[in-house]
Amino acid sequence: MNDSFSRYVLPLVLAAAIVGYWEFAVWYNEIPPYQLPSPSGIVAALVRDWPILATSMWVTLQTTLAGMILAFIGGVALGVLLGMSKTAENMLFPYAVVLQVTPVIAIAPILLIYYSAPTVVLMTAFIVTYFPVLSNTITGMRSTDRGLEALFDLYGAPTWRKIMLLKLKTALPYILTGFKIGGPLALIGAVVAEIAAGTAGAGSGLAYRIIESTYRLNVPRAFAALLLLSIMGIVIFYVIVFVSHLLLKDWHESAMTKER
Amino acid sequence: MPSPLVSLAHVRKTFANGTVALEDLTMDVREGEFLSLLGPSGCGKSTALRLIANLADISAGAIQWPSGGSARSDIGFVFQEPTLMPWASVTENVYLPLKLRGVSKSEAMPKITETLALVGLADFAKVYPRELSGGMKMRVSIARALVTEPKLLLMDEPFAALDEITRFRLNDDLLRLKQAKDVTVIFVTHSVYESVYLSTRIIVMAARPGRVVADLAVDAPYPRDEEFRSTSLYTETCKAASHALHGAMGAHEHL
Repeated sequence: MNDSFSRYVLPLVLAAAIVGYWEFAVWYNEIPPYQLPSPSGIVAALVRDWPILATSMWVTLQTTLAGMILAFIGGVALGVLLGMSKTAENMLFPYAVVLQVTPVIAIAPILLIYYSAPTVVLMTAFIVTYFPVLSNTITGMRSTDRGLEALFDLYGAPTWRKIMLLKLKTALPYILTGFKIGGPLALIGAVVAEIAAGTAGAGSGLAYRIIESTYRLNVPRAFAALLLLSIMGIVIFYVIVFVSHLLLKDWHESAMTKER
Repeated sequence: MPSPLVSLAHVRKTFANGTVALEDLTMDVREGEFLSLLGPSGCGKSTALRLIANLADISAGAIQWPSGGSARSDIGFVFQEPTLMPWASVTENVYLPLKLRGVSKSEAMPKITETLALVGLADFAKVYPRELSGGMKMRVSIARALVTEPKLLLMDEPFAALDEITRFRLNDDLLRLKQAKDVTVIFVTHSVYESVYLSTRIIVMAARPGRVVADLAVDAPYPRDEEFRSTSLYTETCKAASHALHGAMGAHEHL
């Protein structure tokens, strides 16, 4: 059995089997859509409610990406600082940890007292994303080859050149791993805040649509929104994986295909 | 006798944990010589190189450059490992020292090409380090050290991790490069045979604390080749160096 067959065809066969059984079971048992919609019912809802869902998806996507990108930039910048200075790390890292370990679902309602819903969505997306980026960047900055560092010293390179030409390059695979972990988390952060905002009756993102649809027993639409969220997560993850591969393919072991 | 390129006078190096890496090291490195620092691990020979390269601070004593300050910044360094940047091609790796000195790529290119040809890597300019064998990586490392045309080349057990066939070949190439570039070399090794084959002078060091125990001249002219290994001068010098080394390690420290 060849590689592409097992990689692409087999998962699709499995998905088709499950969806097929689901469709059949809903039809055969005459399950009403407000209990469990059939796959075809979900697709129908997706098409019928597309204007509403697309608007919501756009809202969620914008805030998720904004929070994610800010967290990428902030996490790397802070990671560079903390990776260069033990003093800065001792001073700031505990607070980074506190922010990370406090459940974001508990933070969101409190933030909503002070900020508008879109702002809070962006903030929670940021909070859950920055930490893996930050801690991976610190590890990467600290992983520099001692010999190469000595070489830069030997030729009198100033610190900023050492950071640009050596430390950030060394840290790149670590940073990209941080992105891979953090990127999809941004969506979770955004959804958490949207749900918190949604229960308070304000909001317009996809997660809010799910809450709203369940209140109105419009279960097919809730499933359609869930499907879109899931697709967004997949797309975010694979875009990061793809960019990561482009950046590392020439030199890093993790991006090599094994030869035998 | 030519003037010393660099002089170490009563140099001591104590690490933060209290270990005395070097005790009272006094030596002159003469212009044009191939000096080996030979000794067991822990004798401070690598530390001595780092002090000369100004990569570490001395605790006491002095390092002087009679020929002036320019020589001090005119150093090439080859480490135990090839220490190449994995994300950069061979050319980019060799370009690094010139880049750090503000030379533009186009200006540096002829020099890079020439140096790569000198170490026998003319055809590998565009490849990445991971595609090279251990010996070839070390050649890139040597090219990188030579690309600035240094007066002094410091080598810290550069061939210790290589197989014997590769090591012998690189030994011969190194002698050829030394002749071609007319560079002064300080070569750290723990191999008696390697030090005798390569050097014009060997300083034998002992450990705990690191100190000099013998200073042997190797009075054989360059170029040397495999024939040299069967001369009596070679075997006699090997014997003398081994003797000094064992004497230095003391009765209780025999391995």
